[in-house]
Amino acid sequence: MDWNFLAAIGRVTLKFMQAVGHLSLFTVQTVRHIFTPPFYMRIFLRQLMSIGYYSLPVVGLTALFTGMVLALQIYVGSSRFNAESAVATIVVIGLTRELAPVLSGLMVAGRVGAAIAAEIGTMRVTEQIDALVTLSTNPFKYLVAPRVLAGMITLPALVLIADIIGVSGGFLVATEVLDFNASSYIKNTFDFLETRDVVSGLIKASVFGFIVSLMGCYHGFNSNGGAQGVGRATTNAVVSSFILILVSDYFLTVLLLD
Amino acid sequence: MAASQHTDAPMISLKNVCKSFGKKHVLKDLSLDIGKGESLVVIGGSGTGKSVMLKCILGLLQPESGEIYINGQQVIGMSPVEREKTLRNTGMLFQYAALFDSLPVWENVAFGLMQAHGVKRKEAKDIAIEKLGLVGLGPEMANKNPSALSIGMQKRVGLARAIATNPEIIFFDEPTTGLDPIMGDVIDNLIRDCTEHLGATTLTISHDMESAQKIGDRIALIYKGSVVWVGPAKEIENSGNPYVEQFINGDINGPIELDILKP
Ligand SMILES: Nc1ncnc2c1ncn2[C@@H]1O[C@H](COP(=O)(O)OP(=O)(O)OP(=O)(O)O)[C@@H](O)[C@H]1O
Ligand SMILES: [Mg+2]
Repeated sequence: MDWNFLAAIGRVTLKFMQAVGHLSLFTVQTVRHIFTPPFYMRIFLRQLMSIGYYSLPVVGLTALFTGMVLALQIYVGSSRFNAESAVATIVVIGLTRELAPVLSGLMVAGRVGAAIAAEIGTMRVTEQIDALVTLSTNPFKYLVAPRVLAGMITLPALVLIADIIGVSGGFLVATEVLDFNASSYIKNTFDFLETRDVVSGLIKASVFGFIVSLMGCYHGFNSNGGAQGVGRATTNAVVSSFILILVSDYFLTVLLLD
Repeated sequence: MAASQHTDAPMISLKNVCKSFGKKHVLKDLSLDIGKGESLVVIGGSGTGKSVMLKCILGLLQPESGEIYINGQQVIGMSPVEREKTLRNTGMLFQYAALFDSLPVWENVAFGLMQAHGVKRKEAKDIAIEKLGLVGLGPEMANKNPSALSIGMQKRVGLARAIATNPEIIFFDEPTTGLDPIMGDVIDNLIRDCTEHLGATTLTISHDMESAQKIGDRIALIYKGSVVWVGPAKEIENSGNPYVEQFINGDINGPIELDILKP
């Protein structure tokens, strides 16, 4: 029996459990502070701007090209069994239920999650978080809660815009490149679209927004060791957001399946 | 001078505080009392644990053992809410200023006023500008970003932030390091004023013997994580303590071990 091997497994498991426990505690704290005063309105609004507004170009561009590509690819597939009329429907359902939330989530994780981790990480290593505490300000309330709340609210808004831009991209390619009739494409887009397609996507988006800003805050908050530590925190925030988004996407899909 | 004004119960009291990082023992059975309205200066070699001691008092670091009392109240293991209340009457100047770089200078100074004391923005700004004046920074600095200031200026903004709410207890971690002699003197006087006119209890860490004697009612020398000498500032010149003598004379030979290779 190779005891070293077992010991290594044990060590990794313990480390993992410790990290899970740590993160759970952080999450509970965050949620608690979101719902208890004082609320930092000014900071919350600033975060809405930096998470939401400034992510618009990236998210919009992603949605536009995803919608365009989707129309092309689905056309290839559906034309094989003469079901070209399904293109509009599949594009809109694919976007609203799946691609807009997931891709926006990933883009925002790369942009905002990294920025949050770097900012809070720098505040940690330059003792700014300690300074907050000495000024009787709870860093959870002041730094974490506004960012997480802003993430949960802005990502659905971004996804709604991404839905519209993505569908428009699909429409553009379908009518300009694939010679679809514009009015029947639009009709097919909306005839089979159900409210819950859009809503389930927005729910996903809210969860992804929570994940992204939480991971940014968590890794930034627990960073140590100077510039290198901040770099590590940033990477970890992005990677863990990506993984959590993709994994939770599956479970959310199962949960929201009608 | 102010030594006679002290009431019996100390404002801050550390009893056998131990703090280590991994295998490294930084504070070893450190005990120290600071009276109400007293100005205590802590001196000691680089890396002896002076900043760590301040962070333990403030609750930013958790000691492994020992007791710390502020105003008679045990602060180790305090709930965050109680801690917040205690810190409301406390100011702290960090060794590296630790200014919020996302906020302009005046909001840094006014932070405690606005967040913990509910002062309105406009009024807080006026107070901030007044406090900036006390540390030799003009009103034109108020809207600058901290990263646009020199280190010495940042330090002074940090000082203005520490005293902005007129707290009862103020900690200064090397307030005059990096300042020119004249500005250093201005800051020394300012700290002295905090105790003499505002009645604050102050704990200052310093490397500068001259300013230590000017600021302090008493001086404590820390060596290897414990207090090896504490006494009235006037007596430090003839303390008869070999550690103190070596330290104030800056002598390389003596009981203080240095981790340097002697040629
Ligand atoms: N967060 C930390 N993690 C690990 N070790 C630390 C940490 N903070 C301080 N130390 C160690 O504790 C010791 C004392 O540090 P401290 O900052 O208190 O020194 P100091 O007396 O303030 O020195 P200086 O006069 O140079 O500021 C140092 O050896 C330092 O390496
Ligand atoms: Mg120090």
